[in-house]
Amino acid sequence: MHMADALLSPAVGATMWAGSAAAIGYSSKKLKENLDNKTIPLMGVMAAFVFAAQMINFTIPGTGSSGHIGGGMLLAIILGPYAAFLAMASILTVQALFFADGGLLALGCNIWNLGIYPCFIIYPLIYKPIAGDGRNVQRISIAAILSVIIALQLGAFSVVLETLLSGKSELPFNTFVLLMQPIHLAIGLVEGIVTAGIISYVQKVRPEILQAQPLNTGTSIKNVLVAFVILAVITGGAFSWFASTHPDGLEWSIEKVTGKGELDEATQGIAPALKEIQEKTAFLPDYSFKPTASEEAPADEAPVWPGIEAGTSLAGIVGGTIVLLFTLLIGFGIRLFKKQ
Amino acid sequence: MIFNKAIKGVLPEGIMTFDEKYYNIGFIDQLSYKDTFVHRLDPRAKLIATLFFLFTVVSFSKYEIAALLPFFLYPMLLMTIGEIPFMFIFRKVIMVSPFAIFIGIFNPLLDSAQVAVFPELTISAGWISFLSILIKFTLTVSTALLLIATTSFPNVCHGLRQLGLPSLFVSQLSFLYRYIFVLMEETMRIVRARNMRSYGERGKGIRIFVRIVGTLFIRTVERAERIYFAMLSRGFQGDMPSLKRFHIATGDIVFALSVGVFLYVFRLYPATQILGRFVQGVFS
Repeated sequence: MHMADALLSPAVGATMWAGSAAAIGYSSKKLKENLDNKTIPLMGVMAAFVFAAQMINFTIPGTGSSGHIGGGMLLAIILGPYAAFLAMASILTVQALFFADGGLLALGCNIWNLGIYPCFIIYPLIYKPIAGDGRNVQRISIAAILSVIIALQLGAFSVVLETLLSGKSELPFNTFVLLMQPIHLAIGLVEGIVTAGIISYVQKVRPEILQAQPLNTGTSIKNVLVAFVILAVITGGAFSWFASTHPDGLEWSIEKVTGKGELDEATQGIAPALKEIQEKTAFLPDYSFKPTASEEAPADEAPVWPGIEAGTSLAGIVGGTIVLLFTLLIGFGIRLFKKQ
Repeated sequence: MIFNKAIKGVLPEGIMTFDEKYYNIGFIDQLSYKDTFVHRLDPRAKLIATLFFLFTVVSFSKYEIAALLPFFLYPMLLMTIGEIPFMFIFRKVIMVSPFAIFIGIFNPLLDSAQVAVFPELTISAGWISFLSILIKFTLTVSTALLLIATTSFPNVCHGLRQLGLPSLFVSQLSFLYRYIFVLMEETMRIVRARNMRSYGERGKGIRIFVRIVGTLFIRTVERAERIYFAMLSRGFQGDMPSLKRFHIATGDIVFALSVGVFLYVFRLYPATQILGRFVQGVFS
């Protein structure tokens, strides 16, 4: 369920990066304020622990397939929200870099989906109230299972929203939701049981770990939550408008800078926006050859649907083949040169 | 990653065994300490260039194919000048492709508008957008992998710190990276012991898993305590400053400028089309 770069539009990627980066900055600041030096190595080792534990597979009962844990909720329960969020963000960063899970642009989305929800929404709102002071094993288990399930549902739903707002996939909302949510309900149930199992094992062997939680200041979590809800609404509103009016943010801004697209003020509004969506759903809105030499212009200025002139795509294929051959040639050339 | 288990069986090659993952990280780590022109570049220059490259690639419209092709030049140059084995990057790209393929494969089914590629040959538009997703996927994944294969992780962290990321988060990243190798070796021993003792599916269920992870967890906490005391006795005060100082060299400026110009030109001008037309003009 890691988001992939190729499915993202720049607007969505940048918005999610901004949200996640703000959360990283805020958590670092919060942790620094009541810094206990002991937390830093503990966070590092715990993150490495989750990283390693993710690689141990277990058999999911009744299916024969195997699964592994995600670990965001486990970290939140043990380290408290701020430290857990930074630990989760670091895990996702290393995974994006070394395993190419997700990708660097999608990292903002992934940190949001797998870090923000468990640490800042589920932990204070669902886990804490149910688990109480962390002494009752049954309450902890129920809290852990519920938390993991809801966190995963939120995460999966965000993947759907991010993909749809990016507009690279044709999947309709309903189908996509039906595809993602039930699978993650099952995964969440299994992961919830496993998380509850680990927590109650820890409770049995080293109960003081669960009761310590040095960085849980009750009131500030509420503030964070309020801040995040506001942030989410603002960014959500902003980028959904952005995504629907200008399907391609960067392209739009480039056109504006170079003066090619010529969007004057009168074209802003609902009707042009709808028209633009319509154009987007029509085939290849901006694929047709943009004339650079003036004598070629007349031939290309009739983009009647299906809007593609056979010559254009032929030119694309010929040019593409040459470009790829050229790239390969350079590659082999350098290899050969280096061997000597 | 979680997603993998849902489609295991359909795409078994997408799942690496524990040992493979471990050796994979180790291998990239090894590659990143080579000494080539690409490796010597300032990590900040590489980080920023990579980010701009990724943004430029995903900014293309969903039906774009031809204009994306020149962008293969950048990873190709990093790979050859940086002496990174092609097959290694290629295999990793294939390995992580299931999610993009899984989402993208619906495009040909759902977007069935017919498009003429040649005057006689028509295909559904969804195939074009699917191909576009695959090309973008290959470009973004290979470039990100090449960044880490040509820049050692401590240098990445150092670059991030200089670029203004909170020092606490950067310390967290470098701590994680140090402990990954230690903990993975420990975990590998545990997993091997389990595999030796389990026959078929016995011993691989959730109960045993919880016990294993629970034990690993307790050991980890105890290790963290030992590490903390060791760090304290060596004068740890909450931060890990680096003595290394990077200076922007001429090579870095040349690199950054040429990447910038490259991205700018190939984003704004459909070079592939122009080239294709030019060649057609020559031969007709």
